[in-house]
This record gives sequence, C-alpha cells and structure tokens, in this order.
Amino acid sequence: MAENVKPRVRVPRDATAGEVIIIKTLISHPMESGQRKDGDGNLIPRSIINRFTCEFNGETVIDITLEPAISTNPYFEFQATVPETGAFEFTWYDDDGDVYTDTKEITVS
Amino acid sequence: MNFTRRDTLFMAIGSAVAAALPLRAFAAVEDDIAAFTGGAAVGTEGITLIAPEIAENGNTVPIEVSAPGAVAIMVLAAGNPTPAVATFTFGPLAAAQSAATRIRLAGTQDVIAIAKMPDGSFVRASQEVKVTIGGCGG
Repeated sequence: MAENVKPRVRVPRDATAGEVIIIKTLISHPMESGQRKDGDGNLIPRSIINRFTCEFNGETVIDITLEPAISTNPYFEFQATVPETGAFEFTWYDDDGDVYTDTKEITVS
Repeated sequence: MNFTRRDTLFMAIGSAVAAALPLRAFAAVEDDIAAFTGGAAVGTEGITLIAPEIAENGNTVPIEVSAPGAVAIMVLAAGNPTPAVATFTFGPLAAAQSAATRIRLAGTQDVIAIAKMPDGSFVRASQEVKVTIGGCGG
C-alpha cells in the first residue's frame, strides 16, 4: 500500500495564446519494484504507479506508461502548448487501483 | 585475504552465472523492441537521448529523450532485470516530443530509446551509462 502520496505540479499561472510552457510533475511514491527483498529474504511485492496522463481541457498532452525502472517519487518534465484559458488535469494510476489527480488552472492573456 | 580451493571454485561458478545473465536480458530487450516496432526496420536519425556517462547512484539516473514529430517514445535499459523503463505517448497539445525523467539502472549498461514516427517508421538511439552503485536493491 502506498501511503502519503502527494502530487506536486509546477505550471505557469498565465501565458500567451499558443505559448509553449514547461510542466514539471513529481509525486511522492515508493515505486516498489518487486525486485527487492525484505530482511527475511522474502520478495517485497511490486507496487508502482503504472500510468501518468496530462490533459488540457480534455485534450491529451502526454500519456506515459511507467515500469518498475522509474525511480522513487516519479518525476516528469515535458512541454505543452496552451491554446486558450483552461485547466491542466494530471492523473496518476496506482497498481493498487488508487487514482491521484491534480488540477492547475492557466490564464491566457 | 587467502582463498581456499573451495572459495575459488565458488567464485568461478559465480562469474560463469554472471556472464550468462546479460545474454538472457539481451533476448528480453529484443522481444520488447519487436513488440514495439512490430519487426520494422529501425533508423538512427532524428532522435536524441541525453543520459549521464557516469551515474554515481543507479537509483535515480536523470535522462531526457527527444524526437521531433514522434508519436511515441519507448525507453529501455538493456541490463535491468526487466528492460522496459517507460513509454511516452504524445498528444496533440504536446509542444515538443520530448520528456525528462529519472530512472533506475541495475548496473553499467546501455540505455535505449526508440521513437515511433507518424509515418510508421522507427528510429533509435542508445547510450552507455556507467553506474557506480546499482539501483535494484538486495
């Protein structure tokens, strides 16, 4: 079970129409790879975030499939175009069925 | 430290097993590539993979991939127990087909990036990363 999962996202507050912005996301998550063993030599079961998506007003920016080889606290940096005022929707899908979301509004002047 | 005959024998077995491992992992890499490309020919132009030459800590190795115009980029670590690392699929609002993240590497190995282009062709880039401390735990 993943505990204390906290998404953090950095998006500029405003932009001009069609501007390219850089988005940085980080989510605190142990990303247990399923390769490690505990003190008694038992395999610790895999528990990772397996998918991350970013959408702007319903249109996809990026959709990432994560494997156990992504580091603890998965970090992503990518670029997006902002055509109009709206909101970025970030979604993380956990192996255990949990879904974590975050939303960031951006104003186009 | 002195080695007994028994120690030496075990070391020899150990190194033989270690030598056999990369072969198995290599086959898995080929399988993953084939699953992504469908067996199509893979070019080398139009994709960049930025990874450090030497990574002190295999637990978080920063990498960056970029392939202008690509539909999707798959990243593989050839020497990991499971070679797949991540697949980035870009939507219509992605300003650049590039992304940066941090990955785990079990040891010194090649990191491979393969991009799928809109016309159905594929390009790949790879870079060797030397890892001082592996990132797969006990």
